Amino acid sequence: MRHWIEKQRYIIDFTLSSLLRRKVKNVGLLALYTLIVFILASTMFFTYSIKKEASLILKDSPEIVVQKIVAGRHDLFPVSYIDTIKKIRGVASVESRLWGYYYDSLVGANYTLLTPPRNGSFTDTGKSTAKTTVIDNESTDSSKPLFELNGAVLEPGTLIIGNGIARLRAIGTGDYMPFLAFDGNVLNFKITGVLSSQSELVSSDLMLITGEDFRKLFGIDNSYVTDVTVIVNNPEEIAMVASKIKKRLPQARPIIRDEILRTYDSVFNWRGGMMIVIFSAAVLAFVIFAWDKASGLSAGERREIGILKAVGWETSDVIQMKFWEGAIISLTAFFTGVILAYIHVFFTGSIVFEPALKGWSNLYPNFKLTPFINLEQLTTLFFLTVVPYTVATIVPIWRAATIDPDSAMRFTGE
Amino acid sequence: MRNSSLFFLYITSGIVLLSLLLVHASVSESARQVNLEEKAALVKILKLTDLCLFTEARYTRHLSQADLNTAFQDHPLSLEHFPSGSFTQPPERINLRP
Amino acid sequence: MIELVNVKKVFNAGNPSEFSALNSVNLLIEENQVTVLKGPSGSGKTTLLSIVGCMSRPSAGRVKLQGREITSLPERFLTDIRRKTFGFIFQQPNLIKGISVLDNVMLPAYPLGEKRVHLKNKAMKGLAALNIANKAASKVEWLSGGEAQRASIVRALINDPYIIIADEPTAHLDTKLSYRFMEIIETFKAEGKTVIITSHDPLVYDSSMVDRVVNLRDGQIEV
Repeated sequence: MRHWIEKQRYIIDFTLSSLLRRKVKNVGLLALYTLIVFILASTMFFTYSIKKEASLILKDSPEIVVQKIVAGRHDLFPVSYIDTIKKIRGVASVESRLWGYYYDSLVGANYTLLTPPRNGSFTDTGKSTAKTTVIDNESTDSSKPLFELNGAVLEPGTLIIGNGIARLRAIGTGDYMPFLAFDGNVLNFKITGVLSSQSELVSSDLMLITGEDFRKLFGIDNSYVTDVTVIVNNPEEIAMVASKIKKRLPQARPIIRDEILRTYDSVFNWRGGMMIVIFSAAVLAFVIFAWDKASGLSAGERREIGILKAVGWETSDVIQMKFWEGAIISLTAFFTGVILAYIHVFFTGSIVFEPALKGWSNLYPNFKLTPFINLEQLTTLFFLTVVPYTVATIVPIWRAATIDPDSAMRFTGE
Repeated sequence: MRNSSLFFLYITSGIVLLSLLLVHASVSESARQVNLEEKAALVKILKLTDLCLFTEARYTRHLSQADLNTAFQDHPLSLEHFPSGSFTQPPERINLRP
Repeated sequence: MIELVNVKKVFNAGNPSEFSALNSVNLLIEENQVTVLKGPSGSGKTTLLSIVGCMSRPSAGRVKLQGREITSLPERFLTDIRRKTFGFIFQQPNLIKGISVLDNVMLPAYPLGEKRVHLKNKAMKGLAALNIANKAASKVEWLSGGEAQRASIVRALINDPYIIIADEPTAHLDTKLSYRFMEIIETFKAEGKTVIITSHDPLVYDSSMVDRVVNLRDGQIEV
């Protein structure tokens, strides 16, 4: 056993010397290989984490959201529909939602304006590790504030903005922000609070506004709302209630919580769009590396194997050497690539992907993702990285390594 | 130092580092619990339906609320032109609903 | 010591280009002697040497090493015997470029998995014996012809073989270096080793330390 270990060490010594002889080529190869692994691993880490986070964060999203569709477009929802829905058996309550988009031409960004649905008080964790306290009431007691953030109250004329907006426009609590209303008037709102940076993944572009201000800004009459959310008595009956809604209100389109969650299961799906391009490119690169190795030896390499055979190395020794040649490069590439990928995604917020992910949006959230790792994916990546290349390195050797020493001796006697 | 020793050292430190990072991942998960709960709480109280990932367009910002035709915006020939469209697809339900 | 009985070697059997390198060779090589195989090109010297040194097998006939028949041993056993018994010195030094002299010299011992400290000591001793210890760390490209030849000799000796085989060792050496080479052969003999050399250099086969000269012509031994 001891001999075997020592023998492997010698072979690795020799293989490394061999590799270092063609330094430029092999360092370049290693760098490229590492880069491919880095990109694949980063993509894996990023997409899995986001999906996992989405499934955890969105588990309390509305049970049913009902929109009105006119000519294929999302239209305003008449308040009169609410009674129709309330009458459906199984419905516990119906609440209206007011939300929409505002385009800020100054920075070229879209904001999501939202009226908090009911009275609530929110304390974010901020710098302390105090638990989040959320108090929400069923009643629409007008004496209580609509929404409260860390003690700051949302009243008419004020806004609570997401951290992404604060960052983009370099504004904060106490500042004023002008808006262009539907009728051409300019409305000035005061910022009373900024949502935490920790919550950017859901709130980066949000602007919380009172109902009256919302209607004043967008010119929406009291008889309309954007859409409604429905709470069902029995969670098992959600789908059934949704189909009933569709029957009673033909123009309505219900979306259930399960569908919301599944949307995020399929975001960044490997089978679609950009992801398949990345994946195919990576696989292609691996194939090219392996092919290059498998397609044969140079004259110099052949000569070397001849010398080794002539001085007493067996066929199996030569094959072991070639195995290590492949393994050294692929193992190094794997570990370096994966470690760098982890640091890239979870410590620098996927900085390399930023241009791609940002796309055309000007408002871009800070991705401080929680590290969720899928060991299965990691293991697959390991096998994809190491096995084909190592095997491919051995393949062309078969013929050369079996050269008998006699021919080797003559051949090398040049 | 021998070449092979260097190599073993590198791989060993690679394994150690990777293990440390994996430990970091599981430790972070519990540490980030508070943070995750904060976001979940916001979702609940504000009745949010989507993550704020792509703010270029309505249907990229609210993925779950979008429909197959939402991407066509104002014109039937308005093909997908936002880069984020290459990452996301229409929700599954489009194909499931009769 | 080494006995060849009715050995034949045919290359490219069955093809139009078939030819017989050795025809019915019977040879007995004595222990602790310097034997020279002499003959013109094409006489089969290298083929004979290679069969004697377990580098290839005869097409017909038998080969015995110290009384033990080795003709039909599987490759692995043959390689093992070859590794432990024979040390080869080629025409060209055939060192591997880009690595140090020391590494080159230790190369044949790698598959045996000996402890590095011991191996290195052995190698350094071998290099010192031939006066090239100071070049141990140099890359082989920087050696002179003579130094390279000596390095390849040290390499041949690394596994303590008791039979040394040399194929036209002085073909690329000048007179001075050729004499030096023969001096080294003399030390081998003094150490109890057996030496077999092929050569058509008179400096070699006329040397006083040669015990026996075998004449080869057209694949047969001339009596």
